[in-house]
Amino acid sequence: MTSPLEQKKIKIAGPSVVTANRTWDGIVVYRTAARSWSAELSEAAIVRNSDEAKALLAESVADDVGAIGPYIAPVQVGADGKIEPGNLREQIRRTGVTIGQPAQV
Amino acid sequence: MYAYDEIDRTLVNERVSEFRDQVKRRLSGELTEDEFKILRLQNGVYLQLHAYMFRVAIPYGTLASNQLRALAHVARKYDRGYGHFTTRQNIQFNWIKLAELPDALADLAEVGIHAMQTSGNNMRNVTSDQWAGVAPGEIEDPRIWSELIRQHTTLHPEFSFLPRKFKIAITASDHDRAAIKIHDIGLKLIKNEKGETGFEVLVGGGLGRTPFIGKTIKHFVHGRDILSYIEAILRVYNQYGRRDNIYKARIKILVHELGIEKFSREVEEEWQHIRNSSLQIDDEVIEDIRSRFTYPFYEKLPHNPDELRQAAADPDFEAWRKNSVAPHKNPGYSIVTISLKPIGAPPGDATAEQMDALADLADKYSFGEIRVGHEQNLALPHVAKRDLPALWKALDKLGLATPNVNLITDIIACPGLDYCSLANARSIPIAQELTRRFANHELANLIGRLHINISGCINACGHHHVGHIGILGVEKNGEEVYQITIGGRADESAALGNLIGPGVKFDEVADVVEDIVEAYLALRERPEELFMDTVKRLGVEPFKERVYATR
Repeated sequence: MTSPLEQKKIKIAGPSVVTANRTWDGIVVYRTAARSWSAELSEAAIVRNSDEAKALLAESVADDVGAIGPYIAPVQVGADGKIEPGNLREQIRRTGVTIGQPAQV
Repeated sequence: MYAYDEIDRTLVNERVSEFRDQVKRRLSGELTEDEFKILRLQNGVYLQLHAYMFRVAIPYGTLASNQLRALAHVARKYDRGYGHFTTRQNIQFNWIKLAELPDALADLAEVGIHAMQTSGNNMRNVTSDQWAGVAPGEIEDPRIWSELIRQHTTLHPEFSFLPRKFKIAITASDHDRAAIKIHDIGLKLIKNEKGETGFEVLVGGGLGRTPFIGKTIKHFVHGRDILSYIEAILRVYNQYGRRDNIYKARIKILVHELGIEKFSREVEEEWQHIRNSSLQIDDEVIEDIRSRFTYPFYEKLPHNPDELRQAAADPDFEAWRKNSVAPHKNPGYSIVTISLKPIGAPPGDATAEQMDALADLADKYSFGEIRVGHEQNLALPHVAKRDLPALWKALDKLGLATPNVNLITDIIACPGLDYCSLANARSIPIAQELTRRFANHELANLIGRLHINISGCINACGHHHVGHIGILGVEKNGEEVYQITIGGRADESAALGNLIGPGVKFDEVADVVEDIVEAYLALRERPEELFMDTVKRLGVEPFKERVYATR
């Protein structure tokens, strides 16, 4: 779970997406193939090599008003095409904290 | 309580207007994120995993009831109904929308609360003893001086672009509840042989990647000279501090690399240039600040009232009283610590409903005043002893009477990977599991004073280095791994803990802590020997053997 803030070189080992936080409200979003942002991981554009990743990241960085702090995150793509986060950090970003929130306890 | 003057109010309100304009320009695209980032950080706004996080300052840990209600209002209106009290007398809201932040700041400004000095490479919120002004034996109220430093450093251009963040803590008691030895500057208020107020000044303390305990740079600086002396330290830091490497930018690295003697000489030389300048503080300035602090009118009340004697028959009340109630400088009153560490809950969190209800209880029982401590608990500083039973019942109804203050379940933990973009591992679920393991109050009481601190990364916001048991989450091959230290402490005898061995997996942490505790119970010479005494007597080895014998 190395923080992506330390992500210096773009080197991907498998299917990946570009994720960020939406500027006006901060929620987790994913870059789509339609050059937009979606809160649904299922709508994320999948990249499979470093060149594709670099291109998608560059396009995402350019959309500074839409979302902030974009980075490349690993995902797993099932046989049925279903996309799942590739590590615990991204799982938590997608599904929320792993603890009960006090207001709900 | 400190009452803001017109200058303070104008400053806070102008800051809100300024930030509202900055947010508007950011959302329209007029400002890029690169341009905006430093501006939002200067207003306590971070970007975390799920959303923006908004950190609000509680200077020297003092809150009025109307201010706590305003925090509850922000939690309810702009966030998800709760807030998280941090290890530096701040509160954080985890789900704030950038577009709504100016309104939240404006609502807080109405009660004199702001987010200045809560982030960025500047002078941070000056912290102090949460028992300031009421602790028996205290030399004088350290908040007077905290406020002086706050006023001098807030938005001070020379301190707004430091090599790295800079933290000051002040105490005026022999027992250090402000953790001054792990701050960039630690100030211990003392009197000289003439009875004049001054400070022992420590410098270069800090945790994080490279932890150091602060060193005494000067044994006595007269109160009138404290601003110039702090400024001299900051000037030396500003001049020589590393700006090329974030990991070496804190003053602790500079002090370590120069050595305390050379660093002291540099400061002394700088100080002689500015000591007799306008930075010298007139007594009237201190008296003016002192006059803006209001203190309760205490009644002359019995030390051991009937209400307290009758309630002593209830073992649940007694369990709470023994751990949560501390002596007050006025014998008829007590300081009540309110545990924000219920069994199974995230340490330091409070709901809007709890904050509102606590504000009401503060009005009813504590002259409308609440304190925030670095241990992530709250306190009511002026409770009449006769009111303790009624207060306990009211707190119990709110889920705020867990009798575990200073016990093993009174855990300090950072937000960890559940919230924080810097974290490598989770902290809160570890804390939750540990509180469940040691939920039995008799067991926790048998163990006695034992502080567990948990951080989810090397930045050490959970102060793991100075936990009696410290737990640091790291990432190894994509998994959460936790390194365990023992023997750390954050008080007047501050020390860094020692690593007991290789890291353990997430699921093993609670078992390891249980092993350490069982070893302690078996090794201690008598029930009064605290965990830290046993560690001091025997060192790490017997604990290491116990933990790793079967792993």
